[in-house]
Amino acid sequence: MRQTEFLTTVLPFKDKVFRLAKRLLVSKDEAEDATQELYLKLWKNKEKLGNYKNVEAFAMTMTKNYCLDQLKSKRSSNLRLVHTNYIEKGEGLQRNIELKDAVSKVHELIANLPEKQRLIIQLRDVENYEFEEIGKILDLQPTAVRVALSRARKTIREQLIKKHNYGIV
Amino acid sequence: MELSRIEKLLEKYDNATTSLQEEQELKDFFSQKEIPAHLVSYQAMFGYFQENSNEQFTKTILLSKRKAPHWKWLSVAAAAALLISVYTFTNNELSSKEREQAQLAMQQTKDAFLLLSKNLNKGSNLVYSGLQEFDNATSKVFK
Repeated sequence: MRQTEFLTTVLPFKDKVFRLAKRLLVSKDEAEDATQELYLKLWKNKEKLGNYKNVEAFAMTMTKNYCLDQLKSKRSSNLRLVHTNYIEKGEGLQRNIELKDAVSKVHELIANLPEKQRLIIQLRDVENYEFEEIGKILDLQPTAVRVALSRARKTIREQLIKKHNYGIV
Repeated sequence: MELSRIEKLLEKYDNATTSLQEEQELKDFFSQKEIPAHLVSYQAMFGYFQENSNEQFTKTILLSKRKAPHWKWLSVAAAAALLISVYTFTNNELSSKEREQAQLAMQQTKDAFLLLSKNLNKGSNLVYSGLQEFDNATSKVFK
C-alpha cells in the first residue's frame, strides 16, 4: 500500500479516532498524541490493512485498545490527572445559560459512566455507528450494545432531570 | 413535526431501539430553538452530541518515526567517555623520574629568577641612593 492510497483510506476517520481517544483519555493533548501514535501504528501495519474488510472499525478497535492501555499504565504508575481543558464552544443551540450549563453537564455525566457505556455512547450518539459496527469494534454482541446504550442514555437523562429539578446532582 | 411522534421516538431512543435515521430526526428536532419545557433534558443531550461531533483533529499526522532518543548509543557514548577519562587520568600521573626532572627544572628556574631579582635590586638600590642625593641637593637649593 502506497502512502497516498494509505492516506485516502485512513485519513477520513481521523477525527473519529481523535474524539474516541479524547473520550477515554479526557485530555486533549493526550488524545492528540494517541491519534498520532495510532496512525504510526497503522502505517507500520499498512501491508495488513488490505486484509481487513472494514479498516475504520479496525482502527477504532485499535484506538480503544491503545487508550485503555494508556489508562492502565497511568493508573499503575499512580498518576492522577485533573483535566480542566474542556472548552465549550458551541453556540446557536444554547439559548440560555441554563441550557449551556446542562450541555457541559452532559460531558461530565458521560465521563462518570462505566467505560463500556462511555465508549458506546461516543460511537453511537456522536459518531453514528450502526450497532453491528459497534459490536465489531468493541467485540460485543449487538444486543449487548443496545442494552448498555439504553442504560447509559437513561442514566444521563435521569441525572440531568435531577439537576434540573433540584439544582444538585 | 408532530410532538407525539417525537415523544414516541424519544421513548424508543431511551430503549436504544431507534435507527440511525430516527436519531438524526431527533437531532434535527432538538437543534431548533423552541423546545417544549418537558423535553429540555433531551435538548442538552442532543446539543452536546452535536457539539462533540464537530470537534476535529487539527494537528498534522506524521507518518515517519519521530526521533526517539537512542538509549543504546547513549550507553556506548558513556562507556567511551569513561574510558577516555580513565586513560587521561592515569596518564597525568607522572613517573618518579619525570617528577625529579620537573623538580630540577623548577629549582633551576627559581635560581635564575633569584639571580635576576638580586641584580635588579642592586640596580634599583643604586638608583634609589642617587635619587636620595638628588633630593638632598634640591632641598638645599629650594630651601
